[in-house]
Amino acid sequence: MLHSRQLSEDAMNVQQESWQDIALERMPRYLAGHGLPWLAAARESAFERFSVHGFPTRREEEWKYTDVSMIGKRASLAPDNIPPDPSSEARLFAWALAQEDMHLMVFVNGHFSGELSALHELPAGVRLDSLADLLEGSADVPGMLFDEQHEHTVFAALNNALATDGVVLQLAPGTVLEKPLYLLFIASGHGTAIYPRNIVLAGEGTRAALIEHYFGMLDGHNFTNAVSQISLAAQAELQHCKLLQEGKDAFHIAGIHAEQAAGSRFVSHSIALGGRLVRNDITSRLDGAGCQCTFNGLYLLEGKQHVDHHTRIDHFASSCTSREFYRGILEGEAHGVFNGKVIVHPDAVKTDAHQSNHNLLLSRQAEVDTKPQLEIFADDVKCTHGATVGQLDDDSLFYLRSRGIDAVSARSLLIYGFANDIITRIELPLMRERIEHLVLERLPQGEQIKELL
Amino acid sequence: MLSVKNLQAGINDKAILRGIDLEVRAGEVHAIMGPNGSGKSTLANVLAGRDGCQVTAGTVSYLERDLLAMPAEERARAGVFLAFQYPVEIPGVSNALFLKTALNSLRKQRGLPELDAMDFLQLLRDKMKQLGMDEALLQRAVNEGFSGGEKKRNEVLQMAVLEPKLAILDETDSGLDIDALRLVADGVNGMRAPDRAIVLVTHYQRLLNYIVPDVVHVLSQGRIVKSGGAELARELEQRGYGWLEAEHAALKAA
Repeated sequence: MLHSRQLSEDAMNVQQESWQDIALERMPRYLAGHGLPWLAAARESAFERFSVHGFPTRREEEWKYTDVSMIGKRASLAPDNIPPDPSSEARLFAWALAQEDMHLMVFVNGHFSGELSALHELPAGVRLDSLADLLEGSADVPGMLFDEQHEHTVFAALNNALATDGVVLQLAPGTVLEKPLYLLFIASGHGTAIYPRNIVLAGEGTRAALIEHYFGMLDGHNFTNAVSQISLAAQAELQHCKLLQEGKDAFHIAGIHAEQAAGSRFVSHSIALGGRLVRNDITSRLDGAGCQCTFNGLYLLEGKQHVDHHTRIDHFASSCTSREFYRGILEGEAHGVFNGKVIVHPDAVKTDAHQSNHNLLLSRQAEVDTKPQLEIFADDVKCTHGATVGQLDDDSLFYLRSRGIDAVSARSLLIYGFANDIITRIELPLMRERIEHLVLERLPQGEQIKELL
Repeated sequence: MLSVKNLQAGINDKAILRGIDLEVRAGEVHAIMGPNGSGKSTLANVLAGRDGCQVTAGTVSYLERDLLAMPAEERARAGVFLAFQYPVEIPGVSNALFLKTALNSLRKQRGLPELDAMDFLQLLRDKMKQLGMDEALLQRAVNEGFSGGEKKRNEVLQMAVLEPKLAILDETDSGLDIDALRLVADGVNGMRAPDRAIVLVTHYQRLLNYIVPDVVHVLSQGRIVKSGGAELARELEQRGYGWLEAEHAALKAA
């Protein structure tokens, strides 16, 4: 039995070879920065690393619960050269966001759209560019941005090779970006491959908030492969919120990778609502003493959605605090995966780490694989974790119904309450409210609850 | 208002109520007393419609309707209220949202418009003040992290806001200190009305010093073994439940 299964997986690997048809030597000609020899070389060697490894299979421990072979069956992995005209729906959505008090940058299929974006005046010391503009316009892009250092998964190598555009946010020491920077990534069209690459370099004592919103307008089989790399100097603070609303057939594989110097604070929220097959690798290296790192997440899944969060926090320095709160709500035949790794390295004394993952299964077919992983190599540390998978509580349902609340609304209230634990942790008021509404809109009678808030 | 005839019910195939007969008229306050395990809480839960209590025989008529045929939320909308012995914690749902949702679903049923946010808040503030409750409890998740006394007061607050026709209070006095007991009793007494009936389920006579019942029933082994006036409660306080059970056994033997 096992033997035949391996055979069929091998057969699948043979079929996956189609992506190797991409003519490598052609790529640098149309991707941003093709005139830069170092960049062309970096892209080529990244693609080489990707093609040597190929798509991960479920035989790899890190991909045990997530089968990405569907992505390998795509006809092409190459990104679109020219972005399409955004649909009127996309324009309307971007226009509505542009009315909010924030800096808005819109990307359509991985290409910056100046027309749809709305940037306010930036404070001195803040530099905001589209990656493509930087690569095209000047030579001062540090080559290290395309190093192998962020290749936590082989998809990051693919992103290195094919990244089209993204944001580059550079904060000079001591600057504060008061208004949040909102990145809206619109997936438009069918079957497009999209490779955003975002870079945040936050100088000492800076403060900023960054939102990444992935929004699929159509039911197309889009494939987004995104990487965000974040470097926080001492005492810097970044609030990061990722909202995933990909279309229902979309594949989305992304990495968010932070590096923290002493006393810095990084807060990541990952809210996964839409997408067929999703994998988020979210990591932080706590390199300096006294860092704070918070990873929060909420996945609300239905149908055949598959959403996998792999998080990893490396405590390298002493007296750092990490907190991780993830919750999942699953209906239909949805499948959620949470793998939370916390590694306390030998020098990381006085580490204070806590992690929890709680899941609510609303149907018999829904499934969750949750795996907390604590590896501790230092003394004098405080590390705790907990994971649960459960159903709605009958006593709670009866309590609500006994007050005249109908069974459907009672269920929705309880689900909302479960999600609220994560929602209330979101520090950006704009996002907290938006996500609360999005969650309620997914629940039967949720509109009525929304009106009563 | 409430007419219970030969009610028999159990949980997990274990018979607990073995034939209850009870008549409660509008305007009356009834106390149901009895030792632990006599079936007091089961009776309260059967009346409120908790799933898991199987009714095996008997009828319950409430305002001319077959109460047992109604799901829990319909009973509540028809004016039945149960103050829980162990109020449930609802994490992530604020007390204010919970009460607003409940009140609006009842108002809708009664053909009344939804209460706007300001009126609702005013209503709650007044009632909370009467019960000596901290207003901050409104923004806290329902019963989460509440002390025992706060939970019980929160039940009475819900009753005051939802204005039921038939209020059943299950051991609402347990866990209350004497000051809280007095406030809760004031709250309940304030709800006595000609068109409302109140059923107090209690183990101790203590609460009945403050809320004087019209009728006292003693429940033992799933049956009402004696009914009387307020003086019956005082007699129980002095003599305990043993003599009644013995008397009832003797009666049955004869």
